[in-house]
Amino acid sequence: MSGMAEAPGSILVAGVTRRFGPGVAALDRVDLAIAPGEFVALLGPSGSGKTTLLRILAGLEFADAGTVAIGGRDMAGVPARERNIGFVFQSYALFRHMRVADNVAFGLRVRPRRLRPPAAEIRERVAQLLALVQLPELADRWPEQLSGGQRQRVALARALATEPRLLLLDEPFGALDARVRKDLRHWLRRLHDRLGITTVFVTHDQDEAMELSDRIAVMRAGRIVQCAPPAELLARPADAFVAGFLGEAMSLPCQVQDGLAAIEGFEPVPVAVPPGPAIAVLRPHELGVQRPPPGEAANGTIRTLRSQGAALRLGLEVGGLALEAEVPESGDFIRGEAVRVTIRTLRHVFPQLEAGSEAGRPPPGPGCRLDRDPVAGTCGAAGQRAPA
Amino acid sequence: MAAASTGSTVLAAEGFFPRLRLAPRSAIPGFGLGFGITLAWLSLLVLIPLAALVARPWELGVAGVLGVVTEPRVMAALRLSFGAALLAAAIDLPGGLLTAWVITRYRFPGRRLLDGMVDLPFALPTAVAGIALTALYAPNGWLGALVEPLGLKLAFGPAGIVIALAFVGLPFIVRTVEPVLRDLSPAAEEAAATLGATRLQTVTRVVLPQLAPALLTGFALAFARAVGEYGSVIFIAGNMPMVSEIAPLLITVRLEQFDYAGAAAIGLAMLVIAFLLLSLLGLLHRHIRWARL
Amino acid sequence: MSAATEDPPWLRRLLILAVVGLLGLFLLLPLVAVFTEALRRGWAVALAALADPDALSAIRLTLLVAAIAVPVNTLGGIAAAWCIAKYDFPGRRLLTVLVELPFAVSPVISGLVWVLLFGAQGLFGPWLQRHGIGIIFALPGLVLATIFVTFPFVARTLVPLMQAQGREEEEAAATLGASGWQVFRRVTLPNIRWALLSGVLLCNARAMGEFGAVSVVSGHVRGETNTMPLHVEILYNEYQFAGAFAVAALLALLALVTLGAKALLERLGGRRMGGAL
Repeated sequence: MSGMAEAPGSILVAGVTRRFGPGVAALDRVDLAIAPGEFVALLGPSGSGKTTLLRILAGLEFADAGTVAIGGRDMAGVPARERNIGFVFQSYALFRHMRVADNVAFGLRVRPRRLRPPAAEIRERVAQLLALVQLPELADRWPEQLSGGQRQRVALARALATEPRLLLLDEPFGALDARVRKDLRHWLRRLHDRLGITTVFVTHDQDEAMELSDRIAVMRAGRIVQCAPPAELLARPADAFVAGFLGEAMSLPCQVQDGLAAIEGFEPVPVAVPPGPAIAVLRPHELGVQRPPPGEAANGTIRTLRSQGAALRLGLEVGGLALEAEVPESGDFIRGEAVRVTIRTLRHVFPQLEAGSEAGRPPPGPGCRLDRDPVAGTCGAAGQRAPA
Repeated sequence: MAAASTGSTVLAAEGFFPRLRLAPRSAIPGFGLGFGITLAWLSLLVLIPLAALVARPWELGVAGVLGVVTEPRVMAALRLSFGAALLAAAIDLPGGLLTAWVITRYRFPGRRLLDGMVDLPFALPTAVAGIALTALYAPNGWLGALVEPLGLKLAFGPAGIVIALAFVGLPFIVRTVEPVLRDLSPAAEEAAATLGATRLQTVTRVVLPQLAPALLTGFALAFARAVGEYGSVIFIAGNMPMVSEIAPLLITVRLEQFDYAGAAAIGLAMLVIAFLLLSLLGLLHRHIRWARL
Repeated sequence: MSAATEDPPWLRRLLILAVVGLLGLFLLLPLVAVFTEALRRGWAVALAALADPDALSAIRLTLLVAAIAVPVNTLGGIAAAWCIAKYDFPGRRLLTVLVELPFAVSPVISGLVWVLLFGAQGLFGPWLQRHGIGIIFALPGLVLATIFVTFPFVARTLVPLMQAQGREEEEAAATLGASGWQVFRRVTLPNIRWALLSGVLLCNARAMGEFGAVSVVSGHVRGETNTMPLHVEILYNEYQFAGAFAVAALLALLALVTLGAKALLERLGGRRMGGAL
């Protein structure tokens, strides 16, 4: 094993499973490797297990099976208080009976006497941290007197006070309004770049994940479906779920035969997918809309029109399906008009899997691999688990 | 999976007990100590003594226990205790509902004082309440003298017992209904009004049904308290065997005769009957909730 | 409140009047009666009744019993509420029910159970007698009966609050390196202090005012095993009404102080925790 896995901020998750009661697993044999200093998002719909995974990393929750290693050390039996991890709760969980400064100082004050910095040093450190999160003037406030964004930053300062090797954030921007959320996002990324601390955060907001993270682990039903840099996820989604979850997408059932995908209402499109039922994932800009040329029939109707500056948004009805298209503003369409809708490019077609079957899943995207670490080579590697 | 059909009970037991012994996995340290203290406190001070109550009567044999419980004097006392408790709790229902309504819905000078007054029966020691009520409702008392000319006798009889039990039970109704009434959304009432309901219709068809579970809970609490009540009752009851002797008093009488098993039998009978009645109320409660879904 | 949900003024006035009448006549008048009867024959008589050696000894005994019973139930109540609110474990609901159990038991039965264990013909009675240890008709019996009766107060006040506060603050403290004691002492306890104080006050009021349970285990020996409520009974049964009501008035004062303090604490607690609840 290389030095990477032993580096202070590395994370190695292998085969982690967690069940709450009988039945569905919150986490199902999850593998994930994170390099020191990385900024990784756990992205998925609610109930996909992302918060459970984060809490297992922190030692707030426990895996039924599998291992978690942080900095190369197995975390089995290591309680949360000894893991030296900064955790920011979705609701911030500030100590409501302590002033801001005391909240931030808490982690230092509860250290055993011989490890505890002197009071003056703690004060100084708290001041530094509050300056870092740009709230130096709020030291004497009570948590209930702060706005959501301020609470968020105090929670972050408190988590950073103990100089953790790992920063975990659960839906860090979930409770904030859109404007504050955007500001804080940029600020958090800059802070990360400055401190270089390994950071994992949970979100269900794809924009947030795309904008902030080095890599995104897309989760679904207790599994990591794909784990890759944002651009890679968009360019080469591992399956229909990832393709449909990221960006604006429409999933259309289709039938593949002789290298052609038949989508209801459209001309067959050539694809490189084995024959059988499949799912085509289309983005609005991948559709073309024209007035039908003479001699050709219209295949769709315009139901709604919305101008978006340079582009025009069209709500279409094609073969009983409701679709959205984005075309250049020049189009000059009217509502109710019969048009010819074509698929300009079809990038993402995935064979449809039988429910519960793992066969036929594409191998994980190349972004999952941490090159020098063989164990970390999988990341939600469904493809490696051949059915019995 | 194959073992599930053959040894399910064994598996269940094996799965169950180790988990009972092991502390739950939690990030918050300190369960062991907390649970240890709790268990010692609970078992030494409540469970073991109650076990003694459950075990003791049977030295008389099943027939003996039934014999004690079916003695006319005991039967009369049990009937009185449970009947008076039910009646008192029923009397408390409208009064408690009205009080809760006024306290939560209206703003008026002295509201806080009125609110505080509701807790008086909680806080006042029962013996104090007992002699005070007796002084008030006795034939020569402030209230007793008022009804004396009408030939009504309040204290020193079953009526006095109901008065005392209603006194201790009232706060239970008010305090269970109050929070529900406060959290009730005004939108539902406003909607009813916009739909043309009169105020009375709104209250009886929209508000009251939503309060029903809380009223029932309050009733059960008031009843449970009243059944066992002792201090506030014995002064005003008159304590005539067969007429105004409550079951708890009979227990003390048996104890004075050193009839421990008999006393325990009456105590156990009280607990069992109370448990059955409260379970019945619980079922009714569930039915109300369920019916509304 | 909008016009649609408001009752007409005449009805409002009528209902308020009805409740004032009901509570005044039914709840307040008994309290007034206690003080009136106590002072019927003047302050001197009332104070003399309190200064009587037997009364003084009853007051001392009551304080002593409460001083032992209340801390026991406070410690146990905190531990139980901590387990119930902060952890998931099999039997948690059962524990919640068991802790509340003593409220469902008649005070007389709460005394009876101890007699069954430690009375002359109780389970351990003969053994205790041989060794000359007195529990029933002595201080330990009074304390045990009082503990049983006041058992749920503290836990009952704390559990709903601690459950509403959730576990995240404790979890945050744990990730910051706090030990179990530190989590409790620095995070949990400050968050529940007003409710805890309120629970302790209620527990204490009931401990000092308890009648039925202690009456069973006391033996009613004047100047020795008589608590204040028992002393009230003895005086009353001897037709010393002024004295009985004087001691009762003292107990009633305790009740009033408790109610006032509780209202104050609720306001303090409400203000402090308002945002979170």
